[in-house]
Formats: sequence, structure tokens, C-alpha cells
Amino acid sequence: MTSDSKMKKLEGIPREMIALRASKELQDGWYVNLGIGIPTLISDWIEGRDIILQAEIGMIKCGPIATGDEADQDLINASSQPVTILPGSACFDIAESFAMIRGGHMDAIVVGALQVSEKGDLAGWNNPARGLTIGVIGGSMDLCANAKKLMVAMEHTTTTGEPKVLSKCTYPLTAKGRVNMIFTDLAVMEVTSKGLILKEIAPGITVEQLQSVTDAPLIVAPDLKEIEF
Amino acid sequence: MVDKSVATIQEAIADIQDGAIIAIPGFFVAGVPRALLRGIIEKGVKHLTLACGCGALVGAREECELLVKNEQLDKVIDSYPLDRSASKGANNPFEQAVRAGKIEVEIFPMGTLAEKYRAAGAGIAGFYTPTGVGTAVEGTITNMPDNGKKEKKMFDGREYILELALKPDFAFVHAFKGDKEGNLRYRRTARNFNHVMAASAKITIAEVENLVEPGDMDVDDIHTPGIYIKRILQVERPKFHIGIG
Repeated sequence: MTSDSKMKKLEGIPREMIALRASKELQDGWYVNLGIGIPTLISDWIEGRDIILQAEIGMIKCGPIATGDEADQDLINASSQPVTILPGSACFDIAESFAMIRGGHMDAIVVGALQVSEKGDLAGWNNPARGLTIGVIGGSMDLCANAKKLMVAMEHTTTTGEPKVLSKCTYPLTAKGRVNMIFTDLAVMEVTSKGLILKEIAPGITVEQLQSVTDAPLIVAPDLKEIEF
Repeated sequence: MVDKSVATIQEAIADIQDGAIIAIPGFFVAGVPRALLRGIIEKGVKHLTLACGCGALVGAREECELLVKNEQLDKVIDSYPLDRSASKGANNPFEQAVRAGKIEVEIFPMGTLAEKYRAAGAGIAGFYTPTGVGTAVEGTITNMPDNGKKEKKMFDGREYILELALKPDFAFVHAFKGDKEGNLRYRRTARNFNHVMAASAKITIAEVENLVEPGDMDVDDIHTPGIYIKRILQVERPKFHIGIG
């Protein structure tokens, strides 16, 4: 990280807009699993679209969040939020749920991350600051290792301005070499064998500013544009 | 009719002794066998290993705190044993006991855990999974000294990790409905780990919200066939706060 990165946190797009941008990458007809954090917000942007949400607790076509009396303690998503049933929903047991995940049937997974590397590595289950060798893996490793397309939606830097997009992750890995795309408040990047391609950048941010808060070297796409919603 | 129904929790868990390994299903709050958990708290058996799936003890917070307070736990196996929030976790008696080295915790990816129970119930000794390749899961992840590396193998150009079946002594399961021969039906996402754990253990005890006579459930509506169930009893439908902890 550079000393500049600690001095000033760049003003990017809000979390909801990161979710909106990521939602554009999902195609109708896809079976998708959304992780905790910014990815959960994607569900607000895909209402009315034919994108089918899987919850690893054991449900496909997981409906919108339930409110008030609608909430049923036997019907929650993987983030432990009460959800609703839609026409075409199905519930099943956990071995079935992870068979469809591990078996490569999920078209796309969108997850948050503590760190992502230019090689497509992702770290998310253990923040060493917590000082424990154990952590919270949940379904993240199965999801990340086996999705057809793995997308990360997160803030570009930590709350203290440290880069999260790195040449090499320093935190314990969730998956190695699986990430395809990264959506942040500052940029849209694609992981390729050549490195990270910078495809879109937040309004008012220069490539130099972005690079100053990005540990991994960015390869600027010839058709670089502002983040498109 | 083979009547497996028992009248009391005490009777249902009479043969559970110190040192037992007990599977506890549930995904945070959903589908956790809380009445049976309360039973072992009351019985006071110690040196227990609770083999969970996804945060059953994060969901059943009160029961977890009592088990910790009574020093009944030696070990917990889970994919999500801690609060997500580090500050909340620091105030959780379970995490404090883990940090003090009083309780061992071993973690696995959730799908690997699901398959470890499934394999145990299905007579499979182990399986190769691509999940966790290139991560700490290639070894044992615990808060105790590392127990070494797992075997890896290439299939069709991709690396896989060998994971072994997990066969508990007992499993507690929670179902919406069951008949006296042990056939069970779950409700919504409260099913989660209940079925695979029911089949995995040497002795499985089911708590059900509705105990019915054999024949009252349609044969096509049964999720867990009674062969896996040793004892069954009716319990009150638990009421709890939805959310993680």
C-alpha cells in the first residue's frame, strides 16, 4: 500500500450502486447464490427478472425478505433472514443443496471479500485481526470453488483505507484462482491470465488515484469507461 | 407396529454418557433440536463433542451459554461456530472459552460437513472434494495444535482433497411431523442438516412438533424413513428470535 492511500479515502459509488452494477452481470435464467453484505443488496435490483436465487440452507427460488407476521421461523435464508416462498420455490436438505453447489450447477455466485488478488484468489473467512486460527467458513468455500462464474462485490479499500485488491492475499484464502470479476465502489475489474483488467472506473476518479489505493497493478482496458448502470 | 415413541426427554436421552459425540443439526436458529439440547443440559453429562453443521450453537444461544457455563463441552465441530461480528464474539462466553483453550473447535466447509454426515450414513468411508484446495482446509483447522495434512489427488486435471465420513454416537433431530415408527417430515428450510445427521449416527433421537400414528403421513411425504430413528417424542414447537444470535 502507498502512504497516499492512508491519507485520503476516495469517494466512490454507494454500496447499493455496487450491487446494481453487479446485478447487470447476471443473466435471466441463471441460478445464483448471493453472499452476505453488498451481494445481498443485489436481490433488490433483480425483482421482476428471471434470476433464481439459491440459498445454501436448502432452497431455490428464494423469495423477498418477509416482514411482520409474514416471517416464519422455519423459512430463513443463509444469512438467517426470514424469506418468502414464490411460485416455483423448492426446499431440500443440505446434502442436496451442496451437491448442486459442488456439482457446478450454480451459474454465478456473488460474494463479499476481505481481500482479492490479481490471480483470482479470495480471502474472506478469517480476519487475522480477530486473533483466532478458526473462523466462519460457512458455505463460502464450496460456493467459491465450484461456481461457473465467481464475482466479488465489495468496498475497494478497508474502512481505514488499506487496499483490498492485492497482488497476493495476506489473509487465509477461501478459494484459489476462482474469481472472475470484481465490483467495487471505485471500479469494475476482470481477472485474466495477464492480470487485472480495469474495465470501468467510478465518476471523477482518475486511473492514477485508483492505482494508488490498489496494490495489484491494473491493466487499463483500451475501452475504459465510467461505471455503467 | 414398532413403537419408538417415548414420553419424556429423560427417557429419550437415558443412554447418553460423558464423552458422547452428538450431532446437532440446524442452520443458525432453523431446525435446531432445542428440547433435546435442554435435556442434556439438565442431565449434566460432560466432555461432550457436538458435531454441528452451520451455527446451531450460534442460533441456540441460550442453550450454548448454559453448556459453556456448566463446562459440558470438550469440542465443537462446525462450519460457522462464531458470531460474524468480532466485537459481538468477544462478549460471547463460547468464544471466550475457545480463546481460553477450554473448548476445542474444528471447522470444515459446510458442504464438506454435509457430505461427511451423508457418507457416514451411507457407508462411505471418505470422498474427494474440490472445495478448499489451496486453502487451510488442506490441513486440519482447529484452535489446537495442527493435526497435519489431508491427502490430495488429481482427477481429470483438477485437485481434490480427501475428507472422511463423520459418524457420531448420537444425533438429535428436529422435525415438524413424525409417526411412532420414526418416519419424519421437516418444514421449509428447517430441514437443513436434520436428514443427513439422522442417518449418520449410531443412535438417532427425534423430537417432533406433531407425533402421529403410522399411516397418518402419506408414504410420498416422508423425508426421513423411520429406519434411521431409534426414539421419537413430541415437543412444544419452539419459538425463537430469527436472526444470527
